[in-house]
Amino acid sequence: MAKDGGQQHKQPKRSSTEEQVEQVEASEDVQERKERLDEDVDSILDEIDEVLEENAEEFVRGFVQKGGE
Amino acid sequence: MSVRRIMGTETEFGISVPGQPGANPMLTSSQVVNGYAQTQPLARKTRWDFDEEHPLRDARGFDLSREVADSSQLTDEETGLANVILTNGARLYVDHAHPEYSAPETTNPRDAVVWDKAGELVIMEGARQARLIPGAPQLNLYKNNTDNKGASYGSHENYLMRRSTPFASIVRHLTPFFVSRQVVTGAGRVGIGQDGAAHGFQISQRADYFEVEVGLETTLKRPIINTRDEPHANPDRYRRLHVIIGDANLSEISTYLKVGTTSLVLAMIEDGWLTDDLSVDRPVTALHEVSHDPSCTYLLTLKDGRKITAVQLQTEYLEQARKYVEDKYGDDADRQTKDVLRRWEQVLDQLAIDPMKLSDQLDWVAKYKLLQSYRDRDALEWDDSKLHLIDLQYADLRPDKGLYYKLVKSGRMQRIVSDEEIRMAVAHPPTDTRAYFRGRCMQQYAPQVAAASWDSVIFDLPGKESLQRIPTLDPLRGTKAHVGALLDQCDTASDLVRTITGGAAG
Repeated sequence: MAKDGGQQHKQPKRSSTEEQVEQVEASEDVQERKERLDEDVDSILDEIDEVLEENAEEFVRGFVQKGGE
Repeated sequence: MSVRRIMGTETEFGISVPGQPGANPMLTSSQVVNGYAQTQPLARKTRWDFDEEHPLRDARGFDLSREVADSSQLTDEETGLANVILTNGARLYVDHAHPEYSAPETTNPRDAVVWDKAGELVIMEGARQARLIPGAPQLNLYKNNTDNKGASYGSHENYLMRRSTPFASIVRHLTPFFVSRQVVTGAGRVGIGQDGAAHGFQISQRADYFEVEVGLETTLKRPIINTRDEPHANPDRYRRLHVIIGDANLSEISTYLKVGTTSLVLAMIEDGWLTDDLSVDRPVTALHEVSHDPSCTYLLTLKDGRKITAVQLQTEYLEQARKYVEDKYGDDADRQTKDVLRRWEQVLDQLAIDPMKLSDQLDWVAKYKLLQSYRDRDALEWDDSKLHLIDLQYADLRPDKGLYYKLVKSGRMQRIVSDEEIRMAVAHPPTDTRAYFRGRCMQQYAPQVAAASWDSVIFDLPGKESLQRIPTLDPLRGTKAHVGALLDQCDTASDLVRTITGGAAG
């Protein structure tokens, strides 16, 4: 499971400068995290593209089963 | 009771020959089963002993004495379809038009997962063997439940329950649980309706095939609660609850929670712990609606008028289970019971916030996330055959083709058991149920085992005209503790039968 990317909801009171700094850092973290996730999604889709059956429509149409149980 | 009880899974696998939708599935299924049988060279064509099988009525009373069957009788009973009893205590056979793996009896959810996963390896190996035959067609096997054209095939769970529990109370408390548990246990499906004609994603493979609340059928008018009562055990003490509503899961966590939470709910029903009536208004429709809403926000209407989500309904069961385990055991609850409660809570909490965060744990979310990623990247609508293909190929049992296995390999699915444990479970039975006796008999005496079933092993011994039947009616006997030393000592099946029957074998 993805760890929380540095976002804090419950913070003790701090000076506004500290808060600003934190917010900048947090938004950078979020940005980085989003890019990392996007890369991760891209890479899994690339991997899966390689193994997907060639003619999706024909393959799916050809998967015909009889009921069981 | 806890999450522990006698339990086991059965899976009918989808089977197809690419380019030949008309291939005879009974033939191809037999090729898979016989293919696997070839890897067990000692076993002769072991028959299934139907003596204690009564699919349409209660089982007879049991008899501890040795029974004698005539071999000609068994020949008459042979159906001609492939059937193998495995050294791990499982049964591999052709059921209608599918190869089916019925896992051996286990005593806890984790073991149920291990021997369920072992079934995937068994089927893979059977298919591999079948493909080696010169001229054999390419056979593909799938751990799913529908062809999206109207046909569904099952993956069933079995739980041993106390006979004394009124069936009405099982129906009352289990129905709302089954209507809602799919948010945890669903395997995900592209297509809505039995023939998949409407477009969209739904949580469960099976939900749309259920049409009535309670019944004996499994193939027509499928019921949420199946009443088949065939305990394969002492019927005065036990019933076997045959659960047909589940999806075939590939995710270990999905299977673990499926059998673990169900077992806990059954324990509460047996102990009369559940008193609140959580009955759902029009449960069959509700089952479909919950499945059709992957946002998990659909509001079910309870008979008392409350409107709650399936996740909230599951949470009601979770809270009761927490109290029940606390009341019964306090801190002394066994590790698996605590673990099931912890994981169940974590999953339900997350489902309430953002289901997509569970894409590394639950089958339906893993599949849904993959499909959504494709939709985002390629701007696909739900009727696109590529999405249907992804749904199908998620369950492909070829390790280099199956998308579930791809996700595992790239570290995108959490696991709870090891490859080594699963490999061991392909060849070896659980040690703490009668499956141990059955499996070891197949390991040691296969050429002399004429037939076997859940509650018997039948020997054809040299020099004996009649077959010798050893009943195994108590699922908790025949364990390693009971018979391990005995089996170690007996070099031959004749020795075993002589020892068990006190040397009186005639």
